[in-house]
Amino acid sequence: MDIQLTEEQELLRGSLQRLLRDQYDFDARRKIVATDEGFSRKHWNAFAELGLCAAPFQESSGGLGGGPLATMIVMQEFGRNLVVEPFFETVVLAGGLIEDAGTPAQCEAYLPPIMGGESIWALAWAEARSRYDFSNVDTTARRQGESYVLSGTKAAVIGAPWADKLIVSARTSGGPRDRSGVSLFVVDRHSPNLHLQGFRTIDGRRAAEMTLMNVQVLAEQLLGAEGEGVAVLEACRDRAIAALCAEAVGAMTELNSSTLEYSRTRKQFGVALGTFQVLQHRMVDMFIALEEAISFTHHLNLSLAAREPHGSKLASGAKTKVGYAARFIAEQAVQLHGGMGMSDELNVGHYFKRIASINTQYGDPTYHLMRYAQA
Amino acid sequence: MELSLSKEDAAFRDEVRTFIAENYPPEMRVPNPETDLTKEQMLLWHRILHRRGWIAPLWPKEYGGPGWSITQRFVFEQETSRAGTLPPLAFSVTMVGPVIYTFGNDAQKRKFLPRILSGEDWWCQGYSEPGSGSDLASVRTKALRDGDHYIVNGHKTWTTLAQHADWIFCLVRTDPAAKPQAGISFLLIDMKSPGVTVRPIITIDGAHEVNDVFLEDVRVPAENLIGEENKGWTYAKFLLGNERTSMAGIGRSTRYLDRLKRIVKSDIPEDDPSFGEFTRDIARVELDLIALEATELRVVAQMARGIDPGAAASLFKIRGTEIFQRITELTHQANGNYGLAIREHPVSANHFMPGPDYGHTASEKYLNSRKLSIYGGSNEIQRNIIAKAVLGL
Repeated sequence: MDIQLTEEQELLRGSLQRLLRDQYDFDARRKIVATDEGFSRKHWNAFAELGLCAAPFQESSGGLGGGPLATMIVMQEFGRNLVVEPFFETVVLAGGLIEDAGTPAQCEAYLPPIMGGESIWALAWAEARSRYDFSNVDTTARRQGESYVLSGTKAAVIGAPWADKLIVSARTSGGPRDRSGVSLFVVDRHSPNLHLQGFRTIDGRRAAEMTLMNVQVLAEQLLGAEGEGVAVLEACRDRAIAALCAEAVGAMTELNSSTLEYSRTRKQFGVALGTFQVLQHRMVDMFIALEEAISFTHHLNLSLAAREPHGSKLASGAKTKVGYAARFIAEQAVQLHGGMGMSDELNVGHYFKRIASINTQYGDPTYHLMRYAQA
Repeated sequence: MELSLSKEDAAFRDEVRTFIAENYPPEMRVPNPETDLTKEQMLLWHRILHRRGWIAPLWPKEYGGPGWSITQRFVFEQETSRAGTLPPLAFSVTMVGPVIYTFGNDAQKRKFLPRILSGEDWWCQGYSEPGSGSDLASVRTKALRDGDHYIVNGHKTWTTLAQHADWIFCLVRTDPAAKPQAGISFLLIDMKSPGVTVRPIITIDGAHEVNDVFLEDVRVPAENLIGEENKGWTYAKFLLGNERTSMAGIGRSTRYLDRLKRIVKSDIPEDDPSFGEFTRDIARVELDLIALEATELRVVAQMARGIDPGAAASLFKIRGTEIFQRITELTHQANGNYGLAIREHPVSANHFMPGPDYGHTASEKYLNSRKLSIYGGSNEIQRNIIAKAVLGL
């Protein structure tokens, strides 16, 4: 199942690696995170110019036709460099939803600015008490003539403070937690009566709690069939998981190599740390965990690319397996770096935090373990 | 779980319990007392305990200790930690104090001990250095004798709350030619001395708890040397023994576990796929905690009968930190999507933090508790100690 990248994919990876090496080292990233806005438009534009934002979309939509494997390549490099710019939110989540569920008119209106890097999106599905359940939606959307009127509160919307547009889930019919009756809407971030309360995330991004008080959207901003939003979100989650696993693999790769390097150079009791057998075995387990995570991530992305059945169950399996592996590696990388692993100055702790965040987004490893078992 | 207490000890326990309930300062009940309090606020409880004569349970009566039995000391520790009170600064009361009254001269005892008890002097620990990790004998900070002074040059790191400190107790190398453990001395340094610089280290939870302390040509009066020159390693090991006895943290883990249960009960519906798994995970960690608590009670009962606890401190440190780390990890997970948020430090009322109040410190606690298996002798080192001291390997 070893993935042989095509020439085109190698090119994509190579040019992205060069860009990140030249412009996105840990210091540059630290400065970006510390700015008022919290991400860099300059780097975002550079990513778009490289074609990243168009890479996964089908050629018929105007994309480069790279599919899940292109996303995987990008996310893995982003994971290695702790990139904060909203590729995942804009391209993988919103772009994927629009391409999957949008009308031709919606695709034509929304996808080109996404592919060109001109518009930034965020996905608002969670609510204060929803946990990871897409059908647990209290926000309502009432039909009013040619419009819908949205009211409610969405929780922990990552990237919302940066977004031009949002995709919001709201209930058009049914009772709380009914699977049917949830619909998706494209909402302008600057709509009247839409308020954000921003906060920083554990991994240096920005997110917001979002209140909608009678926000009016046109009927043509309904994305996908009315009341069928949960299934659309579930398919979106499979793609999201594939992307997050790739990002986690990138972060784990860096953690393993810095830990190994550290254990070779750092002396304790007169000898290199790496000479202690207990630490050797720990690092062997970290190596094995990474190998398994890479394999599972490839396996999932190939399945999604081939549109194989049971992809969703496999996605939950990957989120579990890769999530536990990533947590193990992150915890041990901090442990083996000792006090330095706790310091904000070293990148190790920042990989730890990104992995903690990945393990929270779209369901933690335990949630997906049980979903896998029950599927 | 309770130690079987005599009538007198049970009365003592009730007295402690009532005293805490009536006297613990409400302004110290903040979301995260370890990071959210000013120096003055941290000292409030210290001063109250001092007035009551309870500030230094470990100390002999002649130096200002309360003269408690092992059982009473344990009961006090248990009650204060169950009640979630902020322990008095360990570097002062638990660490340097006993070194001074055990190895210091009369002048040093008279000068330092009363100010430790009253909270007038705040102490920090100058053990770790860059590159030293758990190998403390690798001290490189040098102290050269110059008449009736030492001239100290070096760099201490991971120095907890040095930003508040009046004094630092340092391991310094006084004989560069001797074997690592043999050339070390134990020196007390006034933080206001010219040449002492404190630089904050921000940790991954965003907090400022630890620091670098730079010592450049610091002139230290020779009268601040504890015991004999080049015998510092003996005193340092004595101090570390005290550091490691209190690391089981049963009271703290019990409080955090109770909170975790409440969060799971109120936030995770029973038909959530992970509800059952949470229940099992909580049960597992609770059983670990009960086993550790029972072990602690067994060791305390043995100590009360005069039996040496051996390497029990290492066992407490390993399991106590592993259990607390697991609880903070599960608590972070129980917060679901709000586990993505983290408070900004320094904490201010102006920063918006989403989600229910009880979750606001979950992320920072999860991150911060990673240090527990690293500091005070890493858990790997503790396992080495048990392998050597208990198993004879």
